[in-house]
Amino acid sequence: MENSLLSLLIWLPIFSGILVIFIGNNRANTVRWVSVIISILVFMMSLSLYTGFDSSTHLMQFVEKSSWISQFNIHYHIGVDGISMPLIILTTFSTILVIVAGWEVITRRSAHYMAAFLMMEGLIIGVFSSLDAILFYAFWEASLIPMLLIIGIWGGDNRVYAAIKFFLYTFLGSVFMLVSLIYMYNKGGSFSILDMHNLELSLAEQSYIFWAFFMAFAVKVPMFPVHTWLPDAHVQAPTGGSVILAAIMLKMGGYGFFRFSLPITPDASLEFSEVIIVLSLIAIVYIGFVALVQRDMKKLIAYSSISHMGFVTLGVFTLFLAYQPNAMEGALLGLEGAMVQMISHGFISAAMFLVVGVLYDRLHSREISTYGGVINSMPKFTGFAVLFAMANAGLPGTSGFVGEFMVILGAIQANIWYGVLAASTLIVGAAYTLWMVKRVFWGVVTNPCVATLKDINAREFSMLAILAVAVLVMGLYPQPVIELMHTSIEHLLHQALTSKL
Amino acid sequence: MENIYLTIALSPLVGAILAGFFGTILGKTATHMLTILGVLISTVLSLYVFNYHVLEQGEIFNQNLYTWMQINNLNVSVGFLIDNLTAVMLVVVSFVSLMVHIYTIGYMHDDTGYTRFFSYISLFTFSMFMLVMSNNFMQLFFGWEAVGLVSYLLIGFWHHKESAVQANLKAFLVNRVGDFGFLLGIGLVLAFSGSLDYMEVFSSLGKTMNQQLWGLDLITIICLLLFVGAMGKSAQVPLHVWLPGSMEGPTPISALIHAATMVTAGIFMVSRMSPMFELSDVALTVVMIVGAMTALFMGLLGIVQNDIKKVVAYSTLSQLGYMTVALGVSAYSVAIFHLMTHAFFKALLFLGAGSVIVAMHHQQDIRKMGGLRKKMPITYWTALIGTLALIGFPGFAGFYSKDMIIEAVHFSTLPYASWVYVAVVVGVFITAFYSLRMFFLVFHGESRVDAHTAKHLHESTPSMTFPLIALAIPSLLIGYFTIEPMLFNGWLDNAITVVPSHTSMAELKHEFFSAASMISHAIQTLPFWMMIGGVASAWVFSIYRTQWADWAQKKCHRTNYVLESLYGFDRFNDIVFVSGVKKLGNLLYKVSDVGLIDKVLVNGSAKLIGFIGKIVRPIQTGYVYHYAFFMIVSLLIILTWALFAGDNPLLEL
Repeated sequence: MENSLLSLLIWLPIFSGILVIFIGNNRANTVRWVSVIISILVFMMSLSLYTGFDSSTHLMQFVEKSSWISQFNIHYHIGVDGISMPLIILTTFSTILVIVAGWEVITRRSAHYMAAFLMMEGLIIGVFSSLDAILFYAFWEASLIPMLLIIGIWGGDNRVYAAIKFFLYTFLGSVFMLVSLIYMYNKGGSFSILDMHNLELSLAEQSYIFWAFFMAFAVKVPMFPVHTWLPDAHVQAPTGGSVILAAIMLKMGGYGFFRFSLPITPDASLEFSEVIIVLSLIAIVYIGFVALVQRDMKKLIAYSSISHMGFVTLGVFTLFLAYQPNAMEGALLGLEGAMVQMISHGFISAAMFLVVGVLYDRLHSREISTYGGVINSMPKFTGFAVLFAMANAGLPGTSGFVGEFMVILGAIQANIWYGVLAASTLIVGAAYTLWMVKRVFWGVVTNPCVATLKDINAREFSMLAILAVAVLVMGLYPQPVIELMHTSIEHLLHQALTSKL
Repeated sequence: MENIYLTIALSPLVGAILAGFFGTILGKTATHMLTILGVLISTVLSLYVFNYHVLEQGEIFNQNLYTWMQINNLNVSVGFLIDNLTAVMLVVVSFVSLMVHIYTIGYMHDDTGYTRFFSYISLFTFSMFMLVMSNNFMQLFFGWEAVGLVSYLLIGFWHHKESAVQANLKAFLVNRVGDFGFLLGIGLVLAFSGSLDYMEVFSSLGKTMNQQLWGLDLITIICLLLFVGAMGKSAQVPLHVWLPGSMEGPTPISALIHAATMVTAGIFMVSRMSPMFELSDVALTVVMIVGAMTALFMGLLGIVQNDIKKVVAYSTLSQLGYMTVALGVSAYSVAIFHLMTHAFFKALLFLGAGSVIVAMHHQQDIRKMGGLRKKMPITYWTALIGTLALIGFPGFAGFYSKDMIIEAVHFSTLPYASWVYVAVVVGVFITAFYSLRMFFLVFHGESRVDAHTAKHLHESTPSMTFPLIALAIPSLLIGYFTIEPMLFNGWLDNAITVVPSHTSMAELKHEFFSAASMISHAIQTLPFWMMIGGVASAWVFSIYRTQWADWAQKKCHRTNYVLESLYGFDRFNDIVFVSGVKKLGNLLYKVSDVGLIDKVLVNGSAKLIGFIGKIVRPIQTGYVYHYAFFMIVSLLIILTWALFAGDNPLLEL
C-alpha cells in the first residue's frame, strides 16, 4: 500500500470512472453516491501523502518505477516532491467539490458526467506525479479529453466552438513540448525528467527548448497573449468544468514552469526572464482592466483568473533578478509565493465559480445585470460570496493575500517597477471584484425573479463552507504549506541558478 | 502578561463570531450582552495594561505568537508589541468601542440587522486591536485592511440604499489606493532591511544611508509611500473623498470607525514609524503640508454643509489634518494626544448627532431643526461640551491638544512651516464657526421642526444618553490631566523617536509651565481670539441675523459654488477614474482582446487554414486517373528541373 499509493491515486479514480459509466445514466442516485464516496476516499488517501511526506528533503518520494516501453527506455516512473504534492491534494480536494456541485444540477447523462470528472482526477494526478517525460506527456494530453467532453456535452449554447478552441489551443502548445522532449531523449538517451534536469545543453538548444515549453505551459496558465481560449471555455463550461479548469488545469501550466523550464533550461530562463515578466505584468494589469468591463460574471472571473495566474509566472521569473548571493529570500519569496498563489487560486477561483454556479442554477443567467439585491433573498449565500470576493481581491487573512503579498515583495526586490505594476492589482482587483459584488448582491431587488430566490441548501452550504475554511486557514496560517515545499523550492532555486553552459 | 494581551484582542473576536453565526438563535438581548461583555473585558484589561505600562513603567512587551511564514532567515510572525503608545491606543479604542456598543442598543433597536451590526462592530474592535498591537508590518497591514473591510461592510450596512453601497465601494477603493502605496513601502522596507519586524527594521535603518531611488533618498521614498497609506486611511487630501460618503452608514459606526479610531490609524502608524520619518525632512515637510491643506480646506467645506453628520464628518477631516500637521513637525506625542482627545469629543459629537437624528425621525438636515435644547437636555449639554472641546475652548480637552499643535508648528524649522502656521490658526476660526453654526441651528433659535416630528420629540433612551455622559467627562477633563505627563514627562518616550535637530517638542517643553496656567495664558494668544471670532460670527449668522447668511451666500456665490461642489474632487474622480477606466477597459477588451488577439490572430489562423483547405480541396477528386496525371506531370517537372538545374544533385543519387 505504502509503495503503490501514488499509483492507487492515479488509477483508482480512472477505473472507478469506468465503473460509474457501467452503473448507467438511469441510476443517477447510485452514480452520485458512488462518485462522491470514491472522491472522498481518494482525498483521504491523498492526505496520507501529506502525513507520510518528509519535507526535509528535495528528493522524490513515494517513487514507483517499472519499465513501460523498453525499446525507447520509457518507464512508468512516478513520485512526488514538495512542489507536486500540494497540487495533488488540491486536485483530490477540488474533485469532491465538483462532484457535490453537480449533484442535482446535472440531470442529463449524469453517469458520464461523474465518470469524466473521476477520470480527469486520475489523469491530472498522473500529470503531477510523472517523472518520465513520455508518461507525463501522455497524462498531459489525456487530461484534455474529459475536459473537452465536459465542455462539449454539458456546456452552454456555444459549447462546441469553445470546446474545440480549448482543445486546439492547448494541443498546439503541447506538440512543441513533445518535440523538445524527443530531442532531449535523442541527446541524453533517457526520458526521465530528473535526467533531463542534468542534461548538458548549449544556450541555443536551451532557447529552443525553453520556447517550446513556453508554448505548452503559457497556453495552459494562460499567459497573455495566448489567453483568449479561457474566457470562452469558462463561459461555456458547466460549473464543475469551470471549477476544475480554473482550480487545477491552469496549475498544470504553472507546474510545468517549475518542473521543466527552470531546471532543464536555466540559462535560457535567465536569458528570457524579462520577457516572461513583462508578459506576466501585462496579464496582471491589462487583464485587470479587461475584467472590469465584463458583463458576464463567469467571463469576469475567468479574466480575473488570468490576472491572478500572472502572479505565478511573475513570481517564478523574478527569481533571477531578486536573487542576491548572500540572501536567497527575495528569490524564494517569488517562487514560494507563486506556489502559494497557485494553491490559493485553486480555492478562490473554485469558490467564485461555485458562487456563480449557485446563481446560474437558479436563474439560468450569468449576466450581472440580471441580478441586484441578491442579499435580500439569499443572505447566507451573500455572506460567502462577499468573503470569496474579498479573498479574490487579496484581503489579508484570506489565502488570496498570501501569494500576492509574497510575489509582490519578491518583485520589488527584483525591480521596483515590477512591484509597482504588480501591486496595482490591489486597486484594480478590488475594483472589478467589488463592483460586481455591488451590482449583484447589494442594492434593491429590481428583477422580480431575484426576490423569489431560495437561499443555499445544505449541500451548497457545505461546499462553500469547506472552501471558506480553506481560504481562511491558509490566509491566517500559511506556514505549514510553505514549510512543506520549502526544501524542494530551495533545491529548484539552486538548479535554476546553476548554469549548464 | 501575554495572556492578558491575547484576551484583549480575542474577546471582541469571540463576541463577533458568536453574534455573527448565532445571533439569530441567541436573540437580541443575549447578542448585545455577549458582545458588550467581550469589549468590556478588553476595556478593563486595557486599563490594567495602561496602568502597568504607562503608570508603573513596566517592561515593553515584544513577542511573536506564531510564525506566519518562515523563508530561510526571513521570519514573518503574528506578534504583539506593547509599549506606552499601544497602551494609550488600547484604552482609547476599547473605551470608545464600549460606549458605541452600549449606544447601539438604543440606536439600532428596531433594525432588522441588529445582531449583524453587533457582530461587525466587535469584529472591528478586534481588527483595530490587531493593528495597534502589531509588532511587524505584515500584521499591521492585516489590521489595516481588516478595519477597511469592516468599514466597507458597515458603510453598506443598509444595503438597500443605493447611495450606501455606492459609498462603501468608493471607500474601499480609495483606501486601496492608499494601501497600494503602503504595500510598496512595506516592500521597500523588506528590500533594504531583510525583515518586517519593527525593531529589526528600525535597527537596520543605517543601511538606507546613501541609497537613492527615483532621485530621492531611499528613506524619503519609503516614508512617502507609507504615508500614502496613511493618507488613505486617515483621509488626507486628495484621498479624503471617501470619508464624507461613509456617513451613509449608521451613526454609531461613524462615531467609532470614521471619527475616533480607524481613521486615526494613519496617525498611529506614522507615530509608530517615527524612527523612519525622522530621517527624512522632505517626507516630514510633505506630511505637514498635506495635513495643513486638509485641516484648512476640509474645514471650509464644513461651513456649507447642512447635513448634521456631514458637518461633523468634515470637521473630522479637518482635525485629522491637524494631527497630520503635528506628525509633520515631529510632534508625534502631540498628534497622539490630539488623537486621544479627538476620539472622545468627536465620538461624543457623533453620538450626540445620532441622538438628534433618532429624535428627529432620521431627519438630518440642520435647517429643519432648531430649539432642541429644551426637549433634549442631556444631548444638549453633552453636545455643548463636545463642541467646546472641538473648538478648543480653554480648559476643555481639545484646547490643550490643538494649542500644542499650533505651538509646535510655530516652533518648527521645516520649510513652509510659517505658511502652515497661518493655515492652522485660520483653521481655528473656521472650526469654531462651523461647529457653533451647527450647534446653534440644531439646539437654539426658533424651532423649524415639522409639526408631526415635534409632537414626538423627546430625549433619547438611557442606553444612548449614558455613553454621551461617559464621553463628555473625558472630553472635558482629559486634556487638563494628561497634557503634562503625555507630552513632557515621557509617557510616550519609549515608543517615539525624535532627532535632536527637530526642536519643536523641546521648545514646547521649555515654554510649558502647567496645564492651569495655559488657561489664563490663552487670552493673550491669537488662536483664542480666532476661536472667539468664529463663535461670534456663527452666532451672528445663525441666530442674530440669519438673513445675513443668505446675503453672504448670494454675494459670494462663486466661492459658495466651489465649496458646495467640494472643490470638484468627486467630479474629477468620476470623469477621470470612473469613466476613464471603464472606457480604457472597454477599449482594451473590444479592440485588443476580442478584436486583435481573438478575431485576427486566433480565429484568423483557423480561417487561414480553412481557406488553404478550400483551395487544395478540389484537387482531391478521388479519381485514380487524376492522381496518376498529377504524378506524371509532377515527375516530369522534377526531372526536368533536376536535369537542367546547376550541379544536378538528384542525378548523383
